[in-house]
Amino acid sequence: MAVAEQTTSPLPADELERVPTVIADDVHIVYRVYGGRSKGNATAALRRIIRRESSARVREVHAVRGVTFTAYRGEAIGLIGSNGSGKSTLLRAIAGLLPTERGKVYTDGQPSLLGVNAALMNDLTGERNVVLGGLAMGMSREQIKERYQGIVDFSGINDKGDFISLPMRTYSSGMAARLRFSIAAAKDHDVLMIDEALATGDKKFQRRSEARIRELRKEAGTVFLVSHNNKSIRSTCDRVLWLEKGELVMDGPTEEVMKAYEEETGK
Amino acid sequence: MSETTRASAPPRAVPLAELAARHGLSVSGARPSLPAYVRQLWARRHFITAFSRAKLAAQYSQAKLGQLWQVATPLLNALVYFLIFGVILEARGGMSTGDYIPFLVAGVFVFTFTQSSVMSGVKSISGNLGMVRALHFPRASLPIAFSLQQLQQLLYSMIVLAAITIGFGHYPTWTWLLIFPALLLQFVFNAGLAMIFARLGSHTPDMAQLMPFVLRTWMYASGVLFPLRAMIEDNDTVPLWAADVLEANPAAVYMDLIRYAMIDTPQYSGVPGLTWAYALGWALVIGIGGFVYFWKAEERYGRG
Repeated sequence: MAVAEQTTSPLPADELERVPTVIADDVHIVYRVYGGRSKGNATAALRRIIRRESSARVREVHAVRGVTFTAYRGEAIGLIGSNGSGKSTLLRAIAGLLPTERGKVYTDGQPSLLGVNAALMNDLTGERNVVLGGLAMGMSREQIKERYQGIVDFSGINDKGDFISLPMRTYSSGMAARLRFSIAAAKDHDVLMIDEALATGDKKFQRRSEARIRELRKEAGTVFLVSHNNKSIRSTCDRVLWLEKGELVMDGPTEEVMKAYEEETGK
Repeated sequence: MSETTRASAPPRAVPLAELAARHGLSVSGARPSLPAYVRQLWARRHFITAFSRAKLAAQYSQAKLGQLWQVATPLLNALVYFLIFGVILEARGGMSTGDYIPFLVAGVFVFTFTQSSVMSGVKSISGNLGMVRALHFPRASLPIAFSLQQLQQLLYSMIVLAAITIGFGHYPTWTWLLIFPALLLQFVFNAGLAMIFARLGSHTPDMAQLMPFVLRTWMYASGVLFPLRAMIEDNDTVPLWAADVLEANPAAVYMDLIRYAMIDTPQYSGVPGLTWAYALGWALVIGIGGFVYFWKAEERYGRG
């Protein structure tokens, strides 16, 4: 967005009705990676520590460079761009999970990422993982008890026998992915962010999860979707942000941006 | 920067910060105030207990003997130390075997509680970055949950200790009840220490490599395996005040509380007022200090 003349004139009527839920103001995100460039030997490393120099083994990756946008209530926004363009990183910063180097993200309520994978433990039964995952997302014990059956039914884990009482490491990769999605999708969110969650499980489960995401969209204020599947972006989003090398290339209505993106990528 | 803006989007007339303030939006990922942080943590108490119990259960779930290892591991540990320090080196300061074994086992178990809390604390953030980067929860939940896991582990060990102590003729008296407040104070101390090292370890992953050596030194300096005072009194080159200093160190303090509570010898009789004062002091200073120190970096833990 061009920096408009800084007038203090009364707001356009349009802006009064539209409630912003996420505002990203010139967001920069830098990752520090240890052991990226291993040059030199132990004595060199020791010398650096003694002289308090910043280690040459710490490499900085500037993943997002100055992204600015405002998302409003009721919007579904797609994020597109090639691998490593900073889409997932940007989502994490919006969720407040990654600190920004410069710039600020303002949000209404607590945006959350759809995903509990990291909190689940393969050695535990599916049953215990449902409870653990729910608690990790901030649900209360009562809420989990209420929704437990729904989660299990939705995942379809028990369709082929009593699998929910077996450790998760015994599940097939598809079954585990289905259970993870079911747990993650059981919670209501103000601002929901989905990172490539639609490609989970078999055809039947994919249809079910797309329907669940549409439901979540209705309940949530704003939805962000990262996907490489142009079809699912087109069917779920009304606005698209195109990121490339951490910079915002284009921000506009889905069809317009997708056309430009497809021309660029030659699809 | 963008070639097209949203067709219906109004031109930006006000700075974004002002727009955010007008609609009551808050900065994402900002550190909450200390009271708010405590409230958030309290709201997540069920997650903390569930996480620690899940970790404990997952620990031995692949082993054939399963949860039996919860008891077998500390028992084997104590046996190894008994062979080396009790039988081969005879570093028992004139104690009889019946007194030495409960003394040793209590020391090993209580020290292991602190040791493993610190070790899992160091890795509690850096080893769970996936979770930190995907989910919202007060990050202090992690070091606290890991300390809680160690406390539950210790309770299994205490069953073994009680059996051994009774087996060598030290029968339960009312002082055994003092085990509970002693372990509670030690848990607070351990959780504080785990939070300190969680922050250090999240910034400098090398801490995980260094800590085993520091902890082993601490163990030998705290009289886990041999009676500290007797060893120093036998040794002419070490001044006697060194014994006072070493006995004030938290590892020795919490060990002695358990020994005073359980072992029935002239050496460990009565209720040691000074040791209890030290125990309370260490728990408050490290527990609160560690919590505040950890909270100060709350918003930075996602970056690894």
